Amino acid sequence: MTTRQPEVDAAAASGPPSLMDRAKERLESLGALSRMTGQVFSRAVRPPYDWRGLVYHTESLGVRSLPIALLTAMFAGLVISLQFGYFLSRFGVQYTVGRVVILTLFRELAPVLTALTVGARIGSGIAAELGAMTVTEQVDAIRALGADPLRKLVVPRVLACLIVMPVLTVFADVVGLVAGGLVVNFQYAITLNLFFQGALDAVLMPDFASGVFKGAVFGLIIGLVGCFRGLTVEGGTEGVGRATTQTVATTSVSVCLADFFITQLTLNL
Amino acid sequence: MRSSSSPASEFAFQPPRPGEQLIYFEHLTKAFGAKHVYDDMDLDVRAGETLVVMGGSGTGKSVLLKCLIGLLSPDTGRILFQGHDLTRFTEEQFMPVRRHVAMVFQGAALFDSLNVGENVAYPLREHFPDMPADEVRARVAEKLALVDLPGTERLMPSDLSGGMRKRVGLARAIATEPEVILWDEPTTGLDPVTTQSINVLINSMKTRLGCTSIVVTHDMVSAFTVGDRIAMLANRRIVQVGNPREMLHSTVPEVRAFLDARRVELFPGGAP
Repeated sequence: MTTRQPEVDAAAASGPPSLMDRAKERLESLGALSRMTGQVFSRAVRPPYDWRGLVYHTESLGVRSLPIALLTAMFAGLVISLQFGYFLSRFGVQYTVGRVVILTLFRELAPVLTALTVGARIGSGIAAELGAMTVTEQVDAIRALGADPLRKLVVPRVLACLIVMPVLTVFADVVGLVAGGLVVNFQYAITLNLFFQGALDAVLMPDFASGVFKGAVFGLIIGLVGCFRGLTVEGGTEGVGRATTQTVATTSVSVCLADFFITQLTLNL
Repeated sequence: MRSSSSPASEFAFQPPRPGEQLIYFEHLTKAFGAKHVYDDMDLDVRAGETLVVMGGSGTGKSVLLKCLIGLLSPDTGRILFQGHDLTRFTEEQFMPVRRHVAMVFQGAALFDSLNVGENVAYPLREHFPDMPADEVRARVAEKLALVDLPGTERLMPSDLSGGMRKRVGLARAIATEPEVILWDEPTTGLDPVTTQSINVLINSMKTRLGCTSIVVTHDMVSAFTVGDRIAMLANRRIVQVGNPREMLHSTVPEVRAFLDARRVELFPGGAP
């Protein structure tokens, strides 16, 4: 884990960083994040396990994120069902809308939209909380009092994200599908029975599993990036603000990148 | 000065004789990027004394404490604690050291999500996981009483004033009954009355618990009140160490400048 620079502002001693310095800084950050990831995994599998912390963070990150996740999923289901219903009706095959909607939702929209909306909330929240602890020396105090900040602060949060995101993805699948079924029933007079029958005929276990797997990977990214940004905050409260913004940007880009590669992987399986 | 150092795995605190060398910062060098904080800096700390490290802002006073407790690492040089070279210790090897060396942070660094009692109990649960809950409660109550805050276990850190936070920070630091207490700017930001009460507390830790203290401060009144010896940190090294009387009559330019600046601050129209 990196340590901060108390009292001494080294950055003030030099001029603005060059492009090369920035690239080097990014690479160093990536290296430190990779190192932290390894340390988190090695601590997560070794006792003692902090079950209380895990339950607390799963509840605080997951349950409180449920409304935003469900709302996003509902509107995603409504919009794609309207869109697909409209275009499929041009070819006279609007009865297949359930098949298209379920595949789009399960494989792509539910995990990605959940990660982008809920992930921004969870990741920035973690970065702000740990960042505030870092600048007020609470993280240093944990070490000075004989505890391990990675075990105490990072492991339960990362594991909670790993649990919460796939679960929220499943909820998003269901809510999006129900919302889609209702809107096409109202708009295109497709019965709910026809919609859901078509949907269930089209979807296979790998379609569902790939979405849940994506949720787990996105959860891991969100937890790790949020914790890393929080623990490496520099520059007081201004630094905390910067860390939360950077967390949203980094998690969003990382989720999109990871989505591309996981899609490639799961389509080829 | 101890010339040899033992492997970290053998670390075990030996009760020192009063006055014997306990800690030795040897040829310490530390830089943050282009900013050099220490350059071949030496300093020794004796058992049972209160050593005050004085210096201006940004001279690296807090860095010294953080290097000693393993929160930062020096670039070169050694930090010998009873002959053990702490600079060779890993994070895990530092754990037993932190049972004997505790730190009171500048802003107290209390955990916001825990109440006062849980904050004070924190190091006990880490260092003595098998300690019965009753004993933990009793130890917490005892330490809070020692810092004149009895019965405050259920208060949250946000309910406390600056001086109370520092006291709780001290109660947490002494919960494991350490032999060395590191004080990072203990009186900064406090009113004169609270400052004096903190000074009394620092002195009482020596008389009641027999602790060795290293106090980092730029508050001269506090330094001369609590210090058995005072070390002046300037220009990346310790420029003078001496008892308060020696420091008051120092002819070392950096010490003189510090003392005179404080005198002007206290008596702008000239010292009475």
